[in-house]
Amino acid sequence: MGFEKRKDLLGIKDLSREEIEQILDTAVPMKDILKRDIKKVPTLRGKAMVTVFYENSTRTRTSFEIAGKYLSADTVNLSVSTSSVQKGESLKDTIRTLEVMGFDLMVIRHSVSGTPHYVARNTGIRVINAGDGANEHPTQALLDMFSIREKKKTLEDLKVAIVGDILHSRVARSNIYGLTKFGCEVRVVGPATLIPPEVEKLGVKSYYSLDKALKGVDVINVLRIQRERQQKGLFPSLDEYSELYMLRPEHLKKAKEDVLVLHPGPMNRGVEISSEVADGSQSVIEEQVTNGVAVRMAILYLMMGGTKDEIIN
Amino acid sequence: MNLREKAQIMDTAGMKRALTRIAHEIIERNKGVENVALVGIRRRGGPLAERLAKKIEEIEGIKVPVGILDITLYRDDLTTLAAYPQVHRTEVNFDVNEKVIVLVDDVLYTGRTVRAAMDALIDLGRPQCIQLAVLIDRGHRELPIKADFVGKNTPTSKLEIVTVMVEEYDGKDGVIIQEVVDE
Repeated sequence: MGFEKRKDLLGIKDLSREEIEQILDTAVPMKDILKRDIKKVPTLRGKAMVTVFYENSTRTRTSFEIAGKYLSADTVNLSVSTSSVQKGESLKDTIRTLEVMGFDLMVIRHSVSGTPHYVARNTGIRVINAGDGANEHPTQALLDMFSIREKKKTLEDLKVAIVGDILHSRVARSNIYGLTKFGCEVRVVGPATLIPPEVEKLGVKSYYSLDKALKGVDVINVLRIQRERQQKGLFPSLDEYSELYMLRPEHLKKAKEDVLVLHPGPMNRGVEISSEVADGSQSVIEEQVTNGVAVRMAILYLMMGGTKDEIIN
Repeated sequence: MNLREKAQIMDTAGMKRALTRIAHEIIERNKGVENVALVGIRRRGGPLAERLAKKIEEIEGIKVPVGILDITLYRDDLTTLAAYPQVHRTEVNFDVNEKVIVLVDDVLYTGRTVRAAMDALIDLGRPQCIQLAVLIDRGHRELPIKADFVGKNTPTSKLEIVTVMVEEYDGKDGVIIQEVVDE
């Protein structure tokens, strides 16, 4: 099945390897558009999309918005903090309101896992999950995979270490689902309190020592320490965390010589990543942001155009 | 859908002669090729543009820039297509501003592809002018578009299909007319 036949993009878990490749292949020409003087194509003229973020975001939301604009879709941001949600409107009623305004697609982020799935079941509009609780963040994983594939020329059989707070990380989950479909060896590393014991069931290996986990890896994906989710005191202090798990230049020596360093942003410099690494030659962190726009353009193109009926070529 | 071959309207030698003549015409029309660049429309316009460039080089001794245009994002029928066409890269690695751009395609039919190609090209810059070269003009225009250079004018019925084959993709050169037959 082609990805364009899907109504919604809720997670990487449900996608086939072929669908992931289709999205990444489509993102290649989209990235070219970003380099032009005229960064706009008429493809989604007359289509409308809305971003509905119940959690804060800078890059994901802006990235979706500009991706839609580059494809000539009309994009609207629903600002939850100033909307009727504050007057007590239910999620279902908010969605219904957006539906009758004629939007073709909705991008939603919510702190409760499964919210986009609930919304998708209750609307005819196409839904993209832009992060739901600790469950999934599919577009982040797709842009990570795009960034890796672009530099490594392949996604197959790579060794990838994901460092940090695995417990709360939807980025980690989506990356694990995606990378394992390509036969990658995925390692997760962090303090024992932040590595859920069940994670190995997803086909990854857990490590508690950064040096051991990084041995021979092709890619290091550093997660953000989500200070807003650290109320339970799962590690003693940020200082202790950075002492043990902050990625520093000396750690890179354990990995392959051409190792890539990724970070989904926003970075806490000096907590999970040192500035030398973040700004170093192995880092693709800035390029990830550009790639994010290209990947989201590909997804919007595949989801918003075309009829939803089956017809021949 | 079953297709039956009705006629071959161009063979390898015929195609070569047509391209040679078009190459001469492009040079003549533009009084040389100093400011000319060729842009093939994916997919079969690509190899045809390459061949024209080679011919032009043989005649004039000048290498003209060659690019490839993918027009998928500019199609006017995207909202009615269920099976999504794969987007490919546009590879025009030269500045189109103030150049004479010759668009190259295999078949000119409704003119909608050429319309999309002109829009795509203009988004890359402002050429001094755009000319159009096609191997086959089969009629049935739906837009006010006319080719500047034509390999062969072939009146057809709308039920017929004109298929251009190129060595690079099809293993041989030639042009055939096919028609749809009921099973």
